[in-house]
Formats: sequence, C-alpha cells, structure tokens
Amino acid sequence: MHAITPRAARWRQPSVLPGFGLSFGFTLAWLTLIVLIPLATIFLKAAGMGWQEFLAVAFSPRAMAAYRLSFGTAAMAGLVNAVFGLLVAWVLVRYEFPGKKVVSALVDLPFALPTAVAGIALTALYSPNGWIGQYLEPIGIKVAFTPIGITVALVFIGLPFVVRSVEPVLEDLGKEVEEAAATLGATRWQTFLLVILPTIGPALLTGFALAFARGVGEYGSVIFISGNMPGRTEIAPLLIVTQLEQYAYAGATAIAAVMMLASFLVLLLINLIQATSRLRMVP
Amino acid sequence: MISVRGITKRFGTYAALHGIDLDIQTCEFIALLGPSGSGKTTLLRIIAGLEFQDCGEVLFNGKDVSSLPVAQRRVGFVFQHYALFRHMTVAENVAFGLSVRKGKARISKTAMRLRAEELLRLVQLEGLGARYPAQLSGGQRQRVALARALAIEPQLLLLDEPFGALDAKVRKDLRRWLRDLHKAMGLTSIFVTHDQEEALELADRVVVMDHGRIQQIGTPDEIYMNPQTSFVSHFVGETNRIAAATGEVHFRPHDIELVANGSETVVVDNVFRKGGVWRVEGLLEGSGQFVELDIDTAHSQPALGETIRFRPHRARIFNAYGAPHQGEKS
Amino acid sequence: MITRTTTEGRLTRALLIGLALVFLGFVLFLPLVVVFSEALKMGLVPFLDAIHTPDALAAIRLTLLIAAISVPLNMVFGLAASWAITKFQFPGKALLITLIDLPFSVSPVVSGLIFVLLFGANGVFGAWLAEHDLKIIFAVPGIVLATVFITFPFVARELIPLMLEQGKDDEEAAISLGASGWQTFWHVTLPNIRWALLYGVLLCNARAMGEFGAVSVVSGHIRGETNTMPLHVEILYNEYDFVGAFAVASLLALLALVTLVAKTVLEWRFDLHAGARH
Repeated sequence: MHAITPRAARWRQPSVLPGFGLSFGFTLAWLTLIVLIPLATIFLKAAGMGWQEFLAVAFSPRAMAAYRLSFGTAAMAGLVNAVFGLLVAWVLVRYEFPGKKVVSALVDLPFALPTAVAGIALTALYSPNGWIGQYLEPIGIKVAFTPIGITVALVFIGLPFVVRSVEPVLEDLGKEVEEAAATLGATRWQTFLLVILPTIGPALLTGFALAFARGVGEYGSVIFISGNMPGRTEIAPLLIVTQLEQYAYAGATAIAAVMMLASFLVLLLINLIQATSRLRMVP
Repeated sequence: MISVRGITKRFGTYAALHGIDLDIQTCEFIALLGPSGSGKTTLLRIIAGLEFQDCGEVLFNGKDVSSLPVAQRRVGFVFQHYALFRHMTVAENVAFGLSVRKGKARISKTAMRLRAEELLRLVQLEGLGARYPAQLSGGQRQRVALARALAIEPQLLLLDEPFGALDAKVRKDLRRWLRDLHKAMGLTSIFVTHDQEEALELADRVVVMDHGRIQQIGTPDEIYMNPQTSFVSHFVGETNRIAAATGEVHFRPHDIELVANGSETVVVDNVFRKGGVWRVEGLLEGSGQFVELDIDTAHSQPALGETIRFRPHRARIFNAYGAPHQGEKS
Repeated sequence: MITRTTTEGRLTRALLIGLALVFLGFVLFLPLVVVFSEALKMGLVPFLDAIHTPDALAAIRLTLLIAAISVPLNMVFGLAASWAITKFQFPGKALLITLIDLPFSVSPVVSGLIFVLLFGANGVFGAWLAEHDLKIIFAVPGIVLATVFITFPFVARELIPLMLEQGKDDEEAAISLGASGWQTFWHVTLPNIRWALLYGVLLCNARAMGEFGAVSVVSGHIRGETNTMPLHVEILYNEYDFVGAFAVASLLALLALVTLVAKTVLEWRFDLHAGARH
C-alpha cells in the first residue's frame, strides 16, 4: 500500500508511511456517523420548524428563565473557580507540603466521578439537615434547592478545568523572569501583578471558558440539588428533558439548538484567546 | 569597590563554592572563567542576591549587603536566556525597573518613556520600542535585556553567559560592542563565561575557577603567559601536556623551536593548515605521548611519518597536585 | 528546601496553602467522604444488601457491558484518527481535530436528545425501526450509541498531541528497513504511545461508566433492563432509599478513586502534563 497516487487524488503530500486510506477513511466514516449526522439533526429539525415557531419556543419566558439560570450560575461558578483555581494551581506548582501528591490527584476527582454521584453527595451536604447545610440554615443561608446550590455544584464540576489550564503555564514560567523583575527592584506583589498574572492570563481565561461551557450544559450533578422549579431553579438541560417527556420535540430541539450555539461561541472564544496569546508569546 | 570574603555555598552535600575571596575595583571589567560546575554562576548569583551564601560576606563599598534583598541591591543582571517579559513591549521592558519604584524615587511617565528611548538608542534598537520580544532576533533581545538592566542605573552590572545562546558571528559583534559600552558608561561589570577566548578578549582581569575554588586571578596576559596551576595552564589556550619524571610538562603548540639537537622528537601522524601555520599532530618518539605543534608555513609542509626534532619554550612543570615547579625545561 | 530567593515569606506561604486546602476540603473532599459515610450509615449489612438486589446487579452488569462495547470502539477510532492526523500531511487537519472535539462541548442532555431525534418513535428512522421491530431508544443499543458519542474524543485527545510531538522518524526508519504498515504500527508506534493510550482508555472508561445525562434521556429508565448504575442511583434516591442510592454510588466513587490512582501512577511514569488539553 504505497503512495503511488493518481494526480487527481494528490490533494495531500505523498508520504512514505502506509495506511492513510484506511485510517483516514475510517476516521471520517466514524466521525460522520457518530458525531456529525446526529448533531446535524438538531439543526435540521430546528430549521424545519420555521422561524416564528422556533423563536416562540426557544425564547419563551420559561426558557429565558432557564437560560438566565444556567448561564448565570455557570458564570458565577466560573469566577469562583478562576480565583480559587488559580490559588490551588499556585500552591501545587510553587510550594511543597505533606500530602501534596494526594491533593494534586484529588483535583481531578470531578473529572472521574460520575455526575449523579456528585449530585447526591452535594445535596446530602447542603440540604437543611446536611453536614454543612445544618450550620447555614440557622443563619439564613439556604443552599440546597436554590441557585446558590446550583453554583456550588458547578464550582465542583469546573474546578479541574481552571487548575489544569493554569498549572502548565505556571510551571513553564521559570524563575528567571521573576528573578529579573526582582533585580529591577519589584516587590513580590508587584512581580505577581505585573509579570506573572499577565503571563498566565490567557490560560486563566481559557480555564474559565471551559468551566463555563461545561457548567451551562451540566445535568447530573445539578438536578438533585437544584429543586427543579420552573422559572426559579430549572436549568436549561432539565427543561429539554421535561419537554422530551411531554413529547414536545420541537421545544426540546429549539432549546438544544440555542445551547449548542452558545457552546460553539464559547469554543470559538477559547480558540481566539489561545491564538492571539500564541502570537505574542512564542519566544 | 565590590568585595567578596570567604564565600562558601553548599547545595545539599555538594559544595559549590569553597571560601571565595575577591576584590573588584570600580570600573573594572572582570570575567569569571571556568568549566560548568566550577561555581562561577553561583558566585555571580550570590553577589546579585539571587542565592544566599552559607558563610562569608558580600561587601558593596565596604558595607555588607548579605542581608539586603536582591530588589534593593541595585544590581543590573543580564540572564543567559534574556528573561524578557514576553507580554510587554520592548519599551515597557526597558522601563520596568523605573515603573516599579515608589515614593520619592518614582519619576513621571513621560520621564520613563524618554529614558527608555534614550537607552534603546544607546543599544542601537532605536524605533523598536513598540515591538514585542517575540518579534526580535536573539541578538536584539539580548540588547533589550542589557538596556533594561542599565535603566535602573546599577552600581554593578552582572552578566551570566549573556552570549551563550547566540550564533558565533553575533556573539563576536556583541562582545566588542559590550566592551565599548562598558568603557563609555564607566560601569563596573562582572561577566561569567566558559569561553576563554571571550574572557581573554574582554576582561581587565580574569578569575579562573574550577570546582568551586579560584585557581588564579590576573590580567589576560598573566593568565595566558604565567598560569599558576596545571588547570589554568591547560584550560586557557591550547596546551600540550607531557608526563615526565618531575611531573607534568606543559607547553603551547607555538612555543617550540625546531632545532637539530632538540630534546624531543615527534613522528608526524596528521598535518593540516591552521590559519598561518601547519598544525602537526603526532606521537613523541619514546614515550608515545600525543602532541600538537604549530610550524610556520615558511617551512615546507611536513610529510606523514616524518620525524621532527624540537625544543619546547617557556615550558612549565606541574607536580601531582597541579602546583608549579620552578624552572623552564630546555 | 527553598531554592529560590524570589518567593513569598513563610507566613504568606502557610496562609495560601491553608486557604487552598480548606477550599479543596469543602469542595472536593467532603463530597467524597459523604458518599461513603451515607452508604455505610446503617452498617455493613444493609450496604451489601443494597448492592445485591437484582435491579442493582442488573444495573452493574449493564454498566460493564456498555463500557466493554464503547471503550474498545473509541480506542480503535482514537488510534485510527491519530495515525491519520499525525503521520500524514493534508489540509483541514485543524478542522478535523475540532470536529473530533465536538462531543466535549455538547451538553450531555443534548447528546441524548440527538439520538432520540434520530431513532425515537417519532424520529427520522422511527417508522423504519418500528416496522422491523427494532428498538434503539429505550433499549440497550441507544445507550451504547449515546455513550459512544459522549466518550468519542477521549482516546484521540490523549494520543494526538503526543504523537505529533513524537513525529514520524521512528516509523519511517522501520519502513525503510522493510517493515510493513501493520508491523510498524504494532512494534514501533504502539510501544511509543502505550502509556498515553492507557491513560485515554482509563478516562474513556470512567466517563462511559459514569455518564448520566445522555443515558438518562435515551434509556427510558426501565428498571432491570435499561438502567445503568448512575440511573439506578437516581431511581433509588428519588424513592428516598438513601442507603441504597449511596451504596451504589459508593461503588462508582470507588471506580473514580481507582481511576485517579491509576492516572497518577501513569502520569508519574510518563511525565504527562494532564492539564492543558482538557
């Protein structure tokens, strides 16, 4: 199977290694079958609805409330994770302390733990008679069955995104640049603010965007703690499921289309951030 | 004047520096020369305040600065890999040391900008202030690093193998240019390098270091002509080393006299042209030791297998501990 | 041992470490602990009973079956895709990689929805399937499909950056010495990527076993038939059988811990930067 290709097929450079046809063909076929066609169905179905109906369903008051909730809590959780995720990444990269390896492994727990397990665990913790909830109830802070609870769940889900995005950049930073700042007279805080933070900025932003995108679509870890009341604590993914259970396929599809659009926009944003930072930063 | 007294530094069980003593006069250009692992960079960083010594003192004009943090020592440090702030423009990099000052020492933004422009002119990077480091060549980046270090008007300029990452041609040009800058600005500079050609070309005095100890301090000429230890003798310049009954005999390839009654004979194994001389490689008759000799091209090219009698000039003898015997071998 | 003089003071360091640990304790550690605590609340016997009910066992079997199908499938895909992408030059590589990453950016519920739209009773192929008495939605095949979709990129994502970095030199050397394509792949490429492959398979498996949202949409929640372990947890929880729910959940949590340990060991062996690509 050597690369003696007819001229017409030479859209790629000929190579010595065999197996392109097989691997590329299989890749494309599997990709189309499993990913592209199913995803296209959403847009086809949405397109088939007609503009009027689509807008009515996709932006109904109930849907708008769900979007506000999903996007709002995801943004809030993203911010919390940006701050504390940076702290965790800093501590893991820069300092030594007993049990550091365990802590570092634990940071990936939200990646490895099934969302339903996280969901019931968090509910158990923050419900009024839960381990944490029992202390917060008396002072008037309700976590379970409120947007706060949703935010807490999304903080759990999104943490590894920020930490793992920032860690490699921090490691890469090396001590020379910080030493240079010190020789030029900068205090430790000035060095952090003027030199370190701008350098890890893009990574931090990327981590936030990833956590945000994940949080908007999150289902399993949220539906237990959220209470699921329409207009108040009903997240967008749940609204889709409710519509499905009522066989309102159009409604479900419309909302799904809106959510997918939002995800793609976030993906685009992430790629943009990484592209512009690469332009300036490559030494 | 900068002084270093009894500096000792250990990394775990590994001793990087053993009791270093050194005095540097104002406006001197000092080279710390040695192979990797000799401790030269460690010494430089201790002087800067980027490392802490285990024993000993660092004195700036008689005052012990050991307890002074690096940010307050006013030393300009130029790193081997530049350490430029990649997210700032060239001008912002150069002005950084000025922009982090507080209180009375702080100058206006305009003054900072002017000073940065002035320095960029000085390092011949005029007009490149708005570029980012990623858009510059290696040589240009190193000059930005230098300008940045000079912006804070340092009392001492420290350079850690600053040209190590550059091409040979760029390195040569920058070397010459650095020397001129040092003279023009009346700086006091300490320069770390493993390249002895660089050290001999640039420095007022050379400090040769090996395994954490100073082997010899002297002018380039002194170091070259009168090496005090076996290490200095063979690290600086090319040296033939021959074992003899009295110890090790060192002589330079060009320090020979071709005489019929010479004490040594070499059997020619390889000959090639090296600049204006024939470089002859061969083994000594008798002891079979390898030597390299330079023979003026006025003579005809030696043939392979030919024997040549010669006498070494200015040979130095070192005993088993690398210390010199007196006397020339003739 | 402090190796840098440019670092924070001891007090600042201690404060920062303390703050980070407290945060992690609340956000990560407590949830993990509460799963096991609630599962064993009534003692060991009720715990074991809960795991042994027929429905629970069926859920465990189904979860294992799903993983056993979808993980190998996506492993083969991952290998094929990374071979095609990293050993050859062709236009549109970046687009291909983005497309492969798509399932990552789609909400799990939407991932399930798309298969309902295709194979559900009112879906594109609904009528055809009904005619031939085939069930995909509300049956195991639908769950497999949704899981394959969700875990699609995992293996490829781990392999592609590594293989890009490794280049083609080794393979070209093998070919020049007379090896066939398969021999090269088996004896040269695979050994080079085995840890990354294992890593990707591990993550793929963890997600395949733990997926909830997508599977919830396509499964129909038919007890004993189309319930995976995560779905079973939900059912028990909604019936207020908390010990039961947490008991099954603790098995999944154990799986998560095993995954984390294996991941750490692999990272240490293989010096992988796990962060930037998730």
